[in-house]
Amino acid sequence: MSTMNTVGRPTTPNAVDHDYKHPTLTGGRGLLQDEHLIFESDGWGKTGVDLPEPKGDASDLGDLVRRDPIGLPGLSEPEAMRHYVRLSQKNHAIDLAIYPLGSCTMKHNPRLNEKMARLPGFSDIHPLQPQSTVQGALELMDQLAHWLKTLTGMPAVALSPKAGAHGELCGLMAIRAAHEAKGEHAQRRKVLVPTSAHGTNPATAAFVGYTVVEVAQTEDGRVDVADLASKLGPDVAAIMVTNPNTCGLFERDILEISRLTHEAGAYFYCDGANFNAIVGRVRPGDLGVDAMHINLHKTFSTPHGGGGPGAGPVVLSEALAPFAPAPWVVSDGEGFRLEEFAEGEATQAFGRLCAFHGQMGMYVRALSYMMSHGSDGLRQVAEDAVLNANYVKARLQDLMSPAFPEGPCMHEALFDDEWLKGTEVTTLDFAKAMIDEGFHPMTMYFPLVVHGAMLIEPTETESKQELDRFIEAMRALAQAAKAGDVERFKGAPFHAPLRRLDETRAARSPVLRWTAPEGSNIAAE
Amino acid sequence: MRYLPLTPDDRSAMLAAIGAKSIDDLFVDVPAAARREGFVDLPRVAGELEVERALGAMAGKNVAAGSVPFFCGAGAYKHHVPATVDHVIQRSEFLTSYTPYQPEIAQGTLQYLYEFQTQVANLTGMPVANASLYDGSTAMAEGVLMATRVTRRNKAVISGGVHPHYVAATETVVHAVGVETQVLSAAVDAEAEVIGQIGPDTACVVVQTPNVFGTATDVTKIAEAAHAAGALLIVVVTEAVSMGLLKSPGEMGADIVAAEGQSIGNALNFGGPYVGLFATREKLIRQMPGRLTGETVDADGERGFVLTLSTREQHIRRDKATSNICTNSGLCTLAFTIHMSLLGETGLRRLALLNHEAAVKTRDALATLPGVEVLTPRFFNEFAVRLPKPATEVVERLAERRILAGVPYGRLAPSAGMDDVLLVAATEITTDADIAALKSALAEVL
Repeated sequence: MSTMNTVGRPTTPNAVDHDYKHPTLTGGRGLLQDEHLIFESDGWGKTGVDLPEPKGDASDLGDLVRRDPIGLPGLSEPEAMRHYVRLSQKNHAIDLAIYPLGSCTMKHNPRLNEKMARLPGFSDIHPLQPQSTVQGALELMDQLAHWLKTLTGMPAVALSPKAGAHGELCGLMAIRAAHEAKGEHAQRRKVLVPTSAHGTNPATAAFVGYTVVEVAQTEDGRVDVADLASKLGPDVAAIMVTNPNTCGLFERDILEISRLTHEAGAYFYCDGANFNAIVGRVRPGDLGVDAMHINLHKTFSTPHGGGGPGAGPVVLSEALAPFAPAPWVVSDGEGFRLEEFAEGEATQAFGRLCAFHGQMGMYVRALSYMMSHGSDGLRQVAEDAVLNANYVKARLQDLMSPAFPEGPCMHEALFDDEWLKGTEVTTLDFAKAMIDEGFHPMTMYFPLVVHGAMLIEPTETESKQELDRFIEAMRALAQAAKAGDVERFKGAPFHAPLRRLDETRAARSPVLRWTAPEGSNIAAE
Repeated sequence: MRYLPLTPDDRSAMLAAIGAKSIDDLFVDVPAAARREGFVDLPRVAGELEVERALGAMAGKNVAAGSVPFFCGAGAYKHHVPATVDHVIQRSEFLTSYTPYQPEIAQGTLQYLYEFQTQVANLTGMPVANASLYDGSTAMAEGVLMATRVTRRNKAVISGGVHPHYVAATETVVHAVGVETQVLSAAVDAEAEVIGQIGPDTACVVVQTPNVFGTATDVTKIAEAAHAAGALLIVVVTEAVSMGLLKSPGEMGADIVAAEGQSIGNALNFGGPYVGLFATREKLIRQMPGRLTGETVDADGERGFVLTLSTREQHIRRDKATSNICTNSGLCTLAFTIHMSLLGETGLRRLALLNHEAAVKTRDALATLPGVEVLTPRFFNEFAVRLPKPATEVVERLAERRILAGVPYGRLAPSAGMDDVLLVAATEITTDADIAALKSALAEVL
């Protein structure tokens, strides 16, 4: 029975068939707007920025002046705001729910860090201002370096690499320079990389001109030390080992691995993507590491921003420190200064990795994060990250198949697709069904060494309640898959802003930009 | 600790569920010799207020560009960024998402990347652009490597007008793979010099316009010469706003454009994070580095966007990838694309003209000073002057007077023998009062 308020408006829902579904008439769906491209708006002459009228026409530049239409639509401020807010609502985000992408460390991004990075004394300073006018900025870099060196137990750090892969490049360049200095570069042309490594490791080694040799993995998900030992020799420049590794496991034989490496005259590059699992509990310097990048956007919470910007400072051992790239900060008691060239006292520096001093905006955020936690909080970070991952593993292992069931994992829990055998559901299908339940899928099909891999990294910033919610959803889905509810998976997602996208079509005939429709007189390229 | 949600009770319950007695049980794989008891030697947990005080004190020791007459450029430019930009990029859905690996729940990111790629392509006058690289200098390095792959040649001829830090960042990387570089000597009007150096082994010619001395050059003839020799032309642009006024690199025959996009939407940030723009010709797409967003449809036939051509990339191709890049400049591309959408063509052209006018005014003011010689004949918003004294000393003395007068060329290239050259940039933020202050202060110290 319907109730009415005093003006006759019904205040209880109508009784209707719950299964009745129909497409909307406009393409919108409740709060989700069907948003066109900026190029499909009517803003070809519009601008959302009020600027004074220029007085001249740049006639002094003659035929250098651009005459043809450029092809850039403009939006008024309210239109721009709506466009981007509408787009934003089609994104999953850490601030919405757990984002368990293994190897990516999607942890909470504290807003204090954003506030600090926006202080004009950090955000509004030029990289080439006189150094006397940026003493506080250099002090911040020096402080960040101190925290990174102390946490890793390493004597030096190169701050300038702009992301993890750039850090790998920095580390391998330092290694190469060290071999050159010893006159051994010509014979040391190989880099050993385990099969489970991130794709950036072999890509970086090749980028620097090395030949990549794969190292086998043991049954229990670790580097096969015997295989490594057999491949080490006077032709090897370095090994690149991720620790904890991409299977979410600590390399138990890490001390033996570094000993063998050094005995062979090679260097130990550690991919530090998973430092979050051990920060405050283990120092890479105690493991014999010669170089390791630290993804500030992973362990130290600088925002992932839809794919960057990251930052990848590289800590270096005594052996590699002299080869660190310019620039770096020197503190001489009087104040701070930047060493900007591979000259004078820095003659061994292998060069320069980018135009300026690296990702200052990320340095501020990372230091703000570290200072907030302190040494006690950072140790707790590692412990909670590892605890959360093991909890997820423990609570899913009766339904799903852990890739390495024996012993604890570190900060991420890895499952294979053995448990999906006979269900017709693939890892991809399962991931897409997670989207329908409101969760971002875990990393899938990586590492390559595990079939149909599902790599779950919850991070320490998930509460037990959110973990339980996630686990219950995973369990319900796993049971549905086993019960033969295949449709739920094959067609998924049904409830996302879009259904499953055709990636093959996108790659076969790439459309990488908007172009004006035939016959239109809109300015385009 | 305010960022850690687990309570001691949670931890106990979870350890019990795992079947572990203590947290140490979960770290058993760490060799005993490497286990650390207790805390490392660093300060303990700190509240927001304490962190704000400590970092605020450091920030307070720096002279912010917006607080003084400001004329620094040389690859990083201070422009006004509309308030909308910084608001939108801090929305949770943009700030706290990652690379759009699951396109069904990342259409927001993918669509703005597609719009960004189109804007960059049109701005540079090129058919296609990628979803960004780290910055302009690393984009140049990637451009040179790409040119060697395309031409199967091994040498880059680099103009003396290219930013010395860009040259250093490029040489550092490309020398490692045996690519040879020939860098011509620095000169204000250096770009045309490269023509005489192009040979049958030249993979690419790299020029910059406006160059590091501010000189704007029509590189059409250089493109013709490069193409006649089977080489590619890479055009570097360090001030993206310039393309709102000057002929685009594409129009002048560029094959690859490697540009710094910081000027649009992004703060100075003491040098980073910035955003590398990378554009090229259609037939070279498959040799491009970096992420690409492409259009497709979903299972219902609705238009959508995905990361595409990933068989070029490290996570698929590993050691055969076109680059090792993974994380790029996502949020900086968002800032760029929002600012560009607000400007539109009308706003961008106006902004560019205002920049040029401010620089011309500044030039006219300085040209009247005795002993100051203006070196750059045709420029966008930056020019070089020769001073009667070492530029570093002059800049320091003006900084004491709270004027940031520009970048001494010697800071970029100490051994070039051009210590008396100062690079001076002006933008829409430069006021008549700023110019007057610079002029009178310069007159005092010279």
